[in-house]
Amino acid sequence: MAIVTNHEPEATEDAVAPAAKTRRGALATSGSPLVRPPAAAHLSDEQVAELGRELDAIKDDILAKRGASDAAYIRRMIKIQRGLEISGRATLLMSRNKGAWVAGTTLLSLAKILENMEIGHNVLHGQWDWMRDPDIHSTTWEWDFVTPARAWQHTHNDLHHRWTNVVGKDNDVGYNLLRMDADQEWKPFNLGNPLYNALLAPVFEWGIAIYDLELNDYKEGNKSKEALTKDLKALGIKALKQFTKDYAATPAVAMLTGSGKQALYGTLTANAVRNVWAHAVIFCGHFPEGTDTFTEEMVEGETRGDWYVRQMIGSANISGSKFMHLMTGNLSHQIEHHLFPDIPSNRYAEVAPKVQEICKRYGLPYTTGPIWKQVGSTWAKVFKLALPPKKA
Amino acid sequence: MIRLRKLARAASVLTTPLAPEDILSLFNPVFSARQLRGVVTRVVAETADSATIFFRPGRGWKAHQAGQWARIGVELDGVRHWRSYSLSAPAGQDPAITVTDVGAVSSVLVRETRPGDVLFLAPPQGDFILPEHPRPLLMLTAGSGITPVMSMVRTLVPHRPDADVVLIHSARTPEDSIFRGELSELADQFPNFKVTHWFTGERGRVDFSSAAALDELCPDWRHRAAYACGPEGFLDDAEALWSAEAAAAEAEGSASAAGESHQPEGPFAADPINLIIERFTTSLAAGAGHDGGLVTFEASDREVEADGSTPLLDVGEDAGLLMPSGCRMGICHSCLIPLRAGHVRDLRTGEVHGEPGQLIQTCVSAAAGPVNLDI
Repeated sequence: MAIVTNHEPEATEDAVAPAAKTRRGALATSGSPLVRPPAAAHLSDEQVAELGRELDAIKDDILAKRGASDAAYIRRMIKIQRGLEISGRATLLMSRNKGAWVAGTTLLSLAKILENMEIGHNVLHGQWDWMRDPDIHSTTWEWDFVTPARAWQHTHNDLHHRWTNVVGKDNDVGYNLLRMDADQEWKPFNLGNPLYNALLAPVFEWGIAIYDLELNDYKEGNKSKEALTKDLKALGIKALKQFTKDYAATPAVAMLTGSGKQALYGTLTANAVRNVWAHAVIFCGHFPEGTDTFTEEMVEGETRGDWYVRQMIGSANISGSKFMHLMTGNLSHQIEHHLFPDIPSNRYAEVAPKVQEICKRYGLPYTTGPIWKQVGSTWAKVFKLALPPKKA
Repeated sequence: MIRLRKLARAASVLTTPLAPEDILSLFNPVFSARQLRGVVTRVVAETADSATIFFRPGRGWKAHQAGQWARIGVELDGVRHWRSYSLSAPAGQDPAITVTDVGAVSSVLVRETRPGDVLFLAPPQGDFILPEHPRPLLMLTAGSGITPVMSMVRTLVPHRPDADVVLIHSARTPEDSIFRGELSELADQFPNFKVTHWFTGERGRVDFSSAAALDELCPDWRHRAAYACGPEGFLDDAEALWSAEAAAAEAEGSASAAGESHQPEGPFAADPINLIIERFTTSLAAGAGHDGGLVTFEASDREVEADGSTPLLDVGEDAGLLMPSGCRMGICHSCLIPLRAGHVRDLRTGEVHGEPGQLIQTCVSAAAGPVNLDI
């Protein structure tokens, strides 16, 4: 947040002569960055500007079409999710029966995945703010995930989406834990890369919660003690509520049928399933072979078109069935999501072929593949970067 | 009620981060943790262009006083729009609004509302209400301006033998005149209620440029507490007449102060305060798009003149306000601030938009005419 000291007279002058202002507010439509990423080095300034206009047109087209059918879609999703949630939890109350345990745990896992991915992530991006429904709004939504929505919105929507894959600016490149890019300096600690990643997956939500505290910023003096205390308090309250619901209240009610222990295992499993799945999907977004990372020079002077280029060549899609797209919260359309983070998620599928066609025409990579291939590719990177770079 | 609340709090341990109401809304659409809703129970066509919509509000609604209005939220192509409508039902009965089709939102309400539909609501409010103590009343209405007055008439006339109400209602034609039948019946039934139906299609508008027309329609109008509700011009004319009369009465009063007073004294002497007005239109006009305008940061009590190309975020920061901000390029939605009044232009698309209460992305929105923000 910028703190500007009071200088009203200037403000009035500015209002009279606005021409002198150049702001990041809207990126320039023409020009060039200090360095263009290697994958886009063959493009001229004019071509990049034209590419920007083409992508703007795709977005405008969606915004013009967006309406009642989209609103009905998200409401239907929310209904389905809540139905899964209460039926799953209710079934777990009788989970002494093995069949009930399997059914309850499956339903609850599905509910949690839908809640986090297709609903929570996308609502918190403001994809549904246009409906002006306070029940489905980025400013009011809270999700079934340990990290408080507001904390995540800051590190994700603002920092990660603005600085996508810029090493040193986007901490999502390895989450301060893993070495995920060859440009990150190797330390002996990184030998544990695969181990850390394997341990992180089942408790991913706690990893994200700690990540959202921005402890590095605090250590480096970029975050005040008050801000950290405030965030810790918010996290404490949220974590307590989440913990109580899944690991105390639900098992306690299940004890009435003698299913207390089984219900606890059920909620633990559902959270772990969701965590492993979310971890896999999210790692497929920017780490598979073919995605690029960027230097700070490449964003210096970045135009609107260059910003789009960076989002496209820094992200990777997952190909698959409609159900798979839904379960990933349409993050399988990561490239389209990064181009247009706040268009409704149900529209990414129709945008994808147009974006792919643009990439082809401009000679830019469009990374996509089935989930097993993309997950394998990210794990290969996790292993490879555990080792120090080979001396040339 | 208190037990219910305790129960809800206990249940929320199992539903967090949702509220129990969010789960209950699966079964009954009136439930919501965040917003008041109502279910439409009945829709009655009044004229070709107007209808009365009865609804059953959820918890949090408060009973209305005759003459008050409520904000009603309706969805048009997935987007929530809010408008204010006067309640036409008498005080003490189930709420109902009477809506005349004059625009996109009212058209949907009049033509497409069916029993069982959900309306979004805000509790009733407004000062256009009956006096505390009984007084002779004069009601001047035009067009849909009859709506709040109808609530007053229905509340007062059948239930108060001491009521003394004269209503002069203007409409274009008899067919356009809302509640015409019911008003005539009430006038037949209750001698203390007199109604004049004035059809402007036949006779032109009631002439308020002098007192002559009113003297004829309601000779003792100067001694009545008057209420007026209708279009802008109608109200301005009425207001001018009352002001002129008040000034004349004052001059006459001081001239005759030495001699014998022949004017009736007391609380009903003509006085501009005795004309109570209800306006429907908002005063902030939309700019032409690239205009800019005066930006008012209401909570901070700060006003800044802004051009039509500077993001409101920058305008606020330059004025020394702590504005919430994030990506500054319109993708992260961290900078949302509620609009209180006016219109803004989306710097990315050029679209001019704005409704009170709407959350504005200040980093990519500029003023299009005067803008009031809730910060």
